[in-house]
Amino acid sequence: MLNRTLNISTSPHIVKGLGTDDIMQNVVWALLPVAIFAVYSFGISALMVLVATTAACVLTEHFLCRFSKKESTISDWSAAITGLLLGLTLPPNFPVWMAFVGGVIAIALGKFIFGGLGYNVFNPALVGRAVLQAAFPVAITTWYPAFLEGRFSAVSSSTFTVPFMEPTVDAITGATPLSAFKFDQVITPASDLALGLITGSTGETCALLILLGGIYLAARKMMNWRIPVAILATVYVLSGILHLIDTQAYPPPLFMLFSGGLMLGAVFMATDMVASPITPLGVVIYGFIIGLLVVVIRIWGGLPEGVMYAILLANAISPHIDNWIQPRVYGTSKTAKAS
Amino acid sequence: MGLFNFRKSTFKHGVHPPEHKEDTNGLPIRQFPFAPLIILPMSQHIGAPSQIVVREGQEVARGQLLAKAGGYVSVPLHAPISGTIRKIANVPTISGKMSVGIYLEAFPASSQEVMEGTPIDVETATAGEILQGIQDAGIVGLGGAAFPTHVKLKVPEGKTCDVLMINGIECEPYLTTDHRVMLEQAEDIFTGIKYLLKATGAERAIIGIEANKQDAADHLENSIPAGAPVSVQVVPVKYPQGSEKMLITSLLGREVPSGGLPIDVNVVVVNVATTAEIGRLLPHGRGIQERVVTITGPGVKKKGNYLIPIGTPLRYVLDQVGVDEQISEVYMGGPMMGVAVSNLDISIVKGTSGIVVFAEKDVKRPEKVYPCIKCGACVDACPISLNPSKLGILAKFEAYDEMAEAFHLMDCFECGSCSYVCPSHIPLVQYFRLSKSIVRKRNASKQSS
Repeated sequence: MLNRTLNISTSPHIVKGLGTDDIMQNVVWALLPVAIFAVYSFGISALMVLVATTAACVLTEHFLCRFSKKESTISDWSAAITGLLLGLTLPPNFPVWMAFVGGVIAIALGKFIFGGLGYNVFNPALVGRAVLQAAFPVAITTWYPAFLEGRFSAVSSSTFTVPFMEPTVDAITGATPLSAFKFDQVITPASDLALGLITGSTGETCALLILLGGIYLAARKMMNWRIPVAILATVYVLSGILHLIDTQAYPPPLFMLFSGGLMLGAVFMATDMVASPITPLGVVIYGFIIGLLVVVIRIWGGLPEGVMYAILLANAISPHIDNWIQPRVYGTSKTAKAS
Repeated sequence: MGLFNFRKSTFKHGVHPPEHKEDTNGLPIRQFPFAPLIILPMSQHIGAPSQIVVREGQEVARGQLLAKAGGYVSVPLHAPISGTIRKIANVPTISGKMSVGIYLEAFPASSQEVMEGTPIDVETATAGEILQGIQDAGIVGLGGAAFPTHVKLKVPEGKTCDVLMINGIECEPYLTTDHRVMLEQAEDIFTGIKYLLKATGAERAIIGIEANKQDAADHLENSIPAGAPVSVQVVPVKYPQGSEKMLITSLLGREVPSGGLPIDVNVVVVNVATTAEIGRLLPHGRGIQERVVTITGPGVKKKGNYLIPIGTPLRYVLDQVGVDEQISEVYMGGPMMGVAVSNLDISIVKGTSGIVVFAEKDVKRPEKVYPCIKCGACVDACPISLNPSKLGILAKFEAYDEMAEAFHLMDCFECGSCSYVCPSHIPLVQYFRLSKSIVRKRNASKQSS
């Protein structure tokens, strides 16, 4: 037996064993409760949207790899995350064909042209959503109310719109808490927001489930908890100060935290490892920038919601943050004692 | 220490690989049988090779000088067994290169009594005499680095050593050599410390031990000779706690400057097994002939801590302890920083602290390398706060100068924590080893031109 050929390898000869695919898979598990709640509250229309975006992302990734004569990378699960995330940011009654186009764009323009997993500058799902918002401004701001009777037996009239045709605007639409505030100065109670008893995009209504998913990932060290904490703290403090200045003009901080896409964005989008900084101080700065932009856009911007643009802008700054903020290397401090 | 000078009792970052020490840490050190033929390379240490002073066919006694030091940064080599010099020729070494060496055939009937030289009396000897005695005994760092100990102990002109640090950390998984030495050779350790305090001029000595060896810490604590300026300090279990720089930070809160040595912060660090060897050999003027080696790993049948003559071929060692039929990988040293062996005809050398054997089923090599997803696991692992993710990307682009100048590549001491944690299984530390050697070559050619 001592004549067997030995394998040689470079040290370390043992590895921790947690793989990139494991991390991605766990993000999908963490998103599933959010997706299930979306289907529960919005019915099959929401399911259609989620299936369309996820399928579009996975298929696009697969075929783009094949066309460029590379091994398909769908087994790393990252395309599935992009698809799910994109679907969760869209209104539940969003036309399926548009959702599919968004998924294709998210992977092709948001990820693949940069070189695939690990090289994307922006969160691919948000790239897809940004393009959809520019292309279909009406469809993406028309919301179907939650908990409609018959949501499991029929889809919304806009779900199966024929491609390139104007979607039929539903007779029943609802205002999201943010647009209700922006345009009608109506504040939705924070408890309704946290529990998801509201109108909104498929995955943005139940803040509690999103937080639970985030806590699960953070506990397993698969997500940098500093990012959501920095974002939410910044939004809370800034909007809190504004609310103190004028309780009529500015919404209460809890409303700001739990409304719109902030939770989903802070916990699942801004934490895209590739598009966020790598150092502990860097991510805090990054989170602060996102929080600041969210408050500025929501309160002074023309749009009711600003999470998407805030994260995309911060993604763009993130490589620069990494260049500015480098950890202090052992033994290089001026205060290193030589006594 | 001021009121506001709180310092943590350990270094920043690091990793926690499974320890696997329970297989051997309860097993007392046992004498290993003498191999019929031993193989002694002349380059068992860092520095110039030893110079052979015997000829083929000559009969030598155990402990007799076989080769003298080849310079200041070099040590002599003594006969680990009594026997006949069979051949002086190239011998295989772990690096894969051949090195000049001696094949020594054992006398089957010899008493294996050890030859003694001039004893060094710790009470009367000067620092210089002790350093000379340490070199003459052929002592190098037994923790694995195999750097000549007398060179390390020599406090340069204009510098002082206030603390002598005895390294009993043994943070590599699987290895229990130092653990057993501390439990069984306390007297030698304290004698060694006496020599070392005198050689360095340090006022006190601290023995640093990881919390997973509390029994050894208690035993040493109770064995401190009356009045000896020695203390035992237990530090948290964390890899690479045993690295000199990390240990100095953990025990004293001092930070060795980038590119500097422990003496720059008035510290000299010596491995605990090396210390015991000094305490055992110098009073008799003997040379080092054997060392304690942990033979372990899931592929080994009779695991244990063995006292093995230097030069015993690995093939003989594994034959004696028995290995799994599906033997696949053999490491000299621990699994984090040890070197994979390609040839079982190499031998146990002075720096061999352990042999770890993995059978095929034990090797869990990730099949797939993913792109870096910038998760930051390596940044959180690096004990000296480098950015391995960035360095890895730069290495791919062969931006070696930028790695060295802007990202402190040359401070990396190759502990492997980054590769260990990387979820994308990028061989980061291997990139850095290559990059460092390229930078060193470039710098050398710059200087010579």
